[in-house]
Amino acid sequence: MTTVERPAEERGWVGQALRRKEDPPLITGMGRFVEDVVLPRTLWMAVIRSPEAHARIVSIDASAARERPGVAAVFTGEDLADLGAPLPMIWAPPGVEMRTPEHWPLARGAVKHVGDPVAVVIGEDRYAVVDAAEDVIVEYEPLPAVVDPEAALEEGSPLVWEEFGTNVTHEWGLGSEDIEQALAEAEVVVERRIVNHRTAGVAIEPRGALADWREGELTLWSSTQIPHVTKFVLSGMLGIPEDRLRVIAPDVGGGFGSKLNVYAEEAIVAWCARRLNRPVKWIESRTENLSATTHGRDQIDYVRMGGTRDGRITALHTKIVLDCGGYQQLLTPFMGVFSACVMSGCYAIPKVRTDVIGVFTNKVATDAVRGAGRPEATHLIEVTVDQFAREIGMDPLELRRKNFIPKENFPAEVATGLVYDSGDYHGTLDKCLEHVGLEQFRGEQEELRKKGVYRGVGFSTYMEMCGLAPSRIVGPKGVGLQAGFWESATVRVHPSGSVTVLTGTSPHGQGHETSFSQIAADLLGVSYDDVEVIHGDTNAGPHGMDTYGSRALAVGGEAVARAATKVADKAKRIAAHLLEAAPGDIEIRDGRYQVRGSPEAGMPLSDICAAAYVPEDIPVDIEPGLEETSFFDPENFVWPFGAHACVVEVDVETGEVDVVRWVAVDDCGPAINPTLIEGQVHGGVVHAIGQALYEQIVYDSDGQLTTGTLVDYALPTAAEVPDIETDRTETPSPVNQLGVKGVGEAGTIAATPAIVNAVIDALSPLGVTFINMPLTPMRVLEAIDEARGRGTGPRATEQAREVGEHGEGAAGSGPAQPDEGGAP
Amino acid sequence: MSVRVQMTVNGESHASEVEPRLLLVHYLRDVLGLTGTHVGCDTTNCGACTVHLDGDAVKSCTVLAVQADGCEVTTIEGLAHDGELHPLQDAFWADHALQCGFCTPGIIMAAAAYLERNPDPSDDEIRHALEGNLCRCTGYQNIVKAVRTAAAASRKEVAA
Repeated sequence: MTTVERPAEERGWVGQALRRKEDPPLITGMGRFVEDVVLPRTLWMAVIRSPEAHARIVSIDASAARERPGVAAVFTGEDLADLGAPLPMIWAPPGVEMRTPEHWPLARGAVKHVGDPVAVVIGEDRYAVVDAAEDVIVEYEPLPAVVDPEAALEEGSPLVWEEFGTNVTHEWGLGSEDIEQALAEAEVVVERRIVNHRTAGVAIEPRGALADWREGELTLWSSTQIPHVTKFVLSGMLGIPEDRLRVIAPDVGGGFGSKLNVYAEEAIVAWCARRLNRPVKWIESRTENLSATTHGRDQIDYVRMGGTRDGRITALHTKIVLDCGGYQQLLTPFMGVFSACVMSGCYAIPKVRTDVIGVFTNKVATDAVRGAGRPEATHLIEVTVDQFAREIGMDPLELRRKNFIPKENFPAEVATGLVYDSGDYHGTLDKCLEHVGLEQFRGEQEELRKKGVYRGVGFSTYMEMCGLAPSRIVGPKGVGLQAGFWESATVRVHPSGSVTVLTGTSPHGQGHETSFSQIAADLLGVSYDDVEVIHGDTNAGPHGMDTYGSRALAVGGEAVARAATKVADKAKRIAAHLLEAAPGDIEIRDGRYQVRGSPEAGMPLSDICAAAYVPEDIPVDIEPGLEETSFFDPENFVWPFGAHACVVEVDVETGEVDVVRWVAVDDCGPAINPTLIEGQVHGGVVHAIGQALYEQIVYDSDGQLTTGTLVDYALPTAAEVPDIETDRTETPSPVNQLGVKGVGEAGTIAATPAIVNAVIDALSPLGVTFINMPLTPMRVLEAIDEARGRGTGPRATEQAREVGEHGEGAAGSGPAQPDEGGAP
Repeated sequence: MSVRVQMTVNGESHASEVEPRLLLVHYLRDVLGLTGTHVGCDTTNCGACTVHLDGDAVKSCTVLAVQADGCEVTTIEGLAHDGELHPLQDAFWADHALQCGFCTPGIIMAAAAYLERNPDPSDDEIRHALEGNLCRCTGYQNIVKAVRTAAAASRKEVAA
């Protein structure tokens, strides 16, 4: 079902490309981000962080700092000994041994990575506290550090946490138990070692927090994606009842998963504000952001794909070495679960299994970055599908089509045990190819090659698991997250007829105010302009579960729809009474509640709510007022999908990769606001281009972070990226009444393998058959050298290790061999 | 030690005693309360703090307040006139050129200064002109589009 156009009579506010409600303050400098919130008598906080990757704290001498003018206090981990609990990690899968070290906001006795918080200085002035921090003398006794996760698994490796006697955080698996047999029976097995390197979320607004303690009540403003979760967690840590703890996420300058955590600094400012009885503010520097905010990705994926010579994929096994870093943050080990859950991709593969081994290293903890485990899975699947096609001499698109789950098979249970809700994978690929013009490209490619210009095309057909909810699947008795994942909304019609929607989600750029207004306006029969959406304040509206995992629309938007429907139903009953008609005969048309077939008998919602709030003449069994709440917990995830293609040009002299074209065809169900969808796709794809070509968090072998600023950690700029050509199909989800799925992470989930596949396609005449990200000029040149049989540099050696030692399959070809497949 | 500075910000004259090391961005934000100018990095990479100093776009995290002594400064708050949005502000809204909005003031200020120099830029020229500003949300595409839209609107205004 691929319908983007709706019949005119069904068009309401939903589906329109409306200007965003969020924008007027943001384009005039009137936004309110956490640093913009100013309270009287506020103290500033500077954090003293470890310069060592692994060390014992011998002593901390803060006497000189305390004597400086304007310094109110210096606190260390010992001072915060009264905290009721350490920072949480919330995954406790049934029957799995999980090693979770106590993670206190300020280190107690030892530090585990560069940037680990050790002490804080609180003072009157933002510059003075930084000066004073220089005067705090911390003596460290360095301990051996381990940085490479595979080295950390070796016998005799330094231990990040001595008390565990191992660097293994946990081992966990999902899928077919008999995978080895399936692989043994396969005619062809292709093996690859695919590295999904460590990256950072880099929201342009760094984190920040401001805490205010007044008369036994704490208010925390924080640049966070999860105010509600933070309120619950801080209540336990600080011993403040939830009813006296308010967390506000004001305007939040991007998240990308990096603000989906409860962080040390949030707990510390809250603790300090209570202790000092004054507001305390901390604004993260970018260097702190890169050394102390969670990173993402950092998996080494050992992939074995088995199948028949005529192109049936029959088995897929992945062993994930998951670099967790030095601590377990909120969802650190869960990233491997996310990968495992989508490991079947778009394909009907009879046997699929993922085994995860989590590893401690002396680096910042990893956690969600836009896509969170799903980009890693899509990357390895879509790169390996191309590799498998090459191995059997089949066009990679033909191989994909041959193994796609056909649309008539939905809902489709896959080998992981999960059920995909709806899909039409051929449909998005067809549409993608209409835009690409593959035959014409192949002609041009051939001509350009004669001139020494190397262009290639690469594809990625992806699906994703979104709408992070079904509590029954992801909760304690499911895969083991210790929470429920419903979402809430309250729809309040004011006495004069305007509408406030209170949502439990908490946006940071997505446009919830706009899209949720569109949903509510249609269902209530009011103007979009008469709806206001309130979010990100735990004192406004019901408890919520916040924004991440492409869940806001499919779970939170649906809660809005359900609450609005309840309000409309009540309004219809009141209207029926006033119009002397049966409630079932009342319909909402053109902003009026009217009797079906007698449009002259009708009234707008404002008249109905006048009656609801001055209840002189409403049925006795109807309560006054016009306000309803819904908590929505869906039966299933939603499963968006799509097909992306890109054209790259590789300069074989410099190794530089230029993305010259991008076609993205995504299906996230019916569009609420198509402009917002396009924006999400643009941003996600460019984020993925960043990972594939430029961005990499690098620690040296001693655990020193060498990418601690945006000089070294290279985000793509406008000059590096192309326009993204977008299109959509619309396959509704049966999981919610809106039929919507989610699109916030589609770009990062879809895009990186298309780039890798395109670069391999471009360089195939030179014999390059495989390469790992990031595709930096050096790595590309070394892949070319390696293919030409003259690889001698250090990177070439590592490249060989990455692909060679583990690249030989039972019946597979060595990946560094010249292309023998002949396709495409 | 403090130093006296005087500057005109968004048309209003301000005189203050400041620490010599005070950054212009902190003067604007913390002393004058103009919080539309943001800080997103420590290394002059992100451009969120871009303002106009005597008509030129500068990154105010790399200018000391004392260096702006006697200068005219325009911030995002001073761009709209008489309740009318600047063509760039309107185009950013119309073309969905912002999501979280944190980088937006800096990008609008950088683009505004650029369009003064080049009122009819190509997409490629716009992309290179904005190399000093980072955005993580939009992928830049709608930003480029909005700058083009604003350039066209401004030319029309001038012609009219």
